Amino acid sequence: MGRRWTSAEVSRTKPLVFLLAAYPLARWIWLGWTGGLGANPPEFLIRSSGLWALVALWLTLAVTPLRRLLGQPALTGLRRMLGLFAFFYTVLHLLGWAWWEQGWSAPAMWNDIMTRTFITVGTLAFLPMVALALTSTHGWMRRMGRRWQDLHRSIYVIAVLSAWHFWLVRAGKNDFAEPYAYGAVLALLLGLRMLAWPPRPR
Amino acid sequence: MSMIKPPHIPPSEITSEEIWQSRRRWLRLAGLGAVTVGAGGLGPAIAAAAEAARSPLASTPNPAYRLDDRLTAEKDITSYNNFYEFGTGKTDPMEYAGDMKTRPWTVSVEGEVAKPRVFDIDDLLRLAPMEERIYRLRCVEAWSMVIPWVGYPLSALLREVQPTGNAKYVEFVTALSPDTMPGVRAGILDWPYVEGLRMDEAMHPLSLLVFGLYGKLLPNQDGAPLRVAVPWKYGFKSGKSIVRIRLVEKMPMTSWVKAAANEYGFYANVNPEVPHPRWSQATERRIGDGFFAPRVKTLMFNGYAEQVASLYQGMDLRRYY
Repeated sequence: MGRRWTSAEVSRTKPLVFLLAAYPLARWIWLGWTGGLGANPPEFLIRSSGLWALVALWLTLAVTPLRRLLGQPALTGLRRMLGLFAFFYTVLHLLGWAWWEQGWSAPAMWNDIMTRTFITVGTLAFLPMVALALTSTHGWMRRMGRRWQDLHRSIYVIAVLSAWHFWLVRAGKNDFAEPYAYGAVLALLLGLRMLAWPPRPR
Repeated sequence: MSMIKPPHIPPSEITSEEIWQSRRRWLRLAGLGAVTVGAGGLGPAIAAAAEAARSPLASTPNPAYRLDDRLTAEKDITSYNNFYEFGTGKTDPMEYAGDMKTRPWTVSVEGEVAKPRVFDIDDLLRLAPMEERIYRLRCVEAWSMVIPWVGYPLSALLREVQPTGNAKYVEFVTALSPDTMPGVRAGILDWPYVEGLRMDEAMHPLSLLVFGLYGKLLPNQDGAPLRVAVPWKYGFKSGKSIVRIRLVEKMPMTSWVKAAANEYGFYANVNPEVPHPRWSQATERRIGDGFFAPRVKTLMFNGYAEQVASLYQGMDLRRYY
């Protein structure tokens, strides 16, 4: 195995990773500009932002297995940015729902959250995400110490709830190919942690 | 709202320029889009070219069925479809339906009838005078369009075969050709797609047997060569590319009821007060209204309550959704 990358080297790839992670946003703007969002742009954007939020979340979860498989611990340096992109696309997904589906009406949103399982599950996935995004800074990491890691383990719950939300969305039309694919990748990402690297005594 | 507003100019005439322009724009964008995002391929361009080539279908505008609502652009009507035999994506039908053969085509009308018969599509095109009618189309997914259909009342065809007293329901069976329908490989529904109406619904003057839109023959993605349009019901009730019509005594088991009876009922009348389990039906997004347009309030029976509410007198529409 080759030399270990330094943190500084990994940091230098950040602008590139940022641009790649911003690709969905750039694509929407381009498509919007050229009339390529189809006949129902709100639907397109709500669905697309939801999918990209999942992709970004899965990529965030892929960092740890990847750094272990490659023997490159410095890759952790990319994790926060990916996680924040997952949060960013989730926020857009939510804003799209609030605006285009609920017309900013708080009672309508509340009703949707309370009566529809897939919205309830989606909301439950979003709430801890807010906490993770707020505590993602170095300052909070320092202040919280070991509790920071405990809190940020909730990403596993967020991921499972997100996959469940996606499954519920497609359930009405028996259209499970994509939810199963995303679920399988998630199972792999989580399974690798459990099988290959059992928790070490602290 | 009064629906009678003569004099009337057929929309197929007044919008031709705009449509022509938008089609050119569409072609250009589809080409660009394919290069830029690597998605969609040449499908849209091909479909748009096919759209331009569709044959005209002469008709007389029926002034009793026109609306003040702005017509949905032909481009949107022909590029945003639910036709799951070709895939679940909204543009899948536009991209893949082109391979479906719509000639020769026959429709067998059978079951509880005195004179069952297999009709050739050419006979059907001549069976009754073609009318242009502007109908709202409300999808169960809470979006809507306003479409200038061309066709004649379904009752004209049904009378031709003389339904017997046992004919209580009408079952529509639609085309199934796995070779040209990539969507049927995914087991989303139990193919072929089956829909149904109660006899009085099928005989209602609003129920239209449709052969064209915007003054031209239907494109495949909209259900060529013939479909029905039942405007007071959610769109999935209006079967596309019909090959068999059976008049039956018992309520037909329809594809969506079989797949998810708790979400899609046999009646499926547009009803803002009965929510779908996964979303409200109180409002709808009118396709083509743009990013900043608020949602439109959904009307009872999609705005056709005056004509059809009496069909359901005494029925609990929450139970029979």
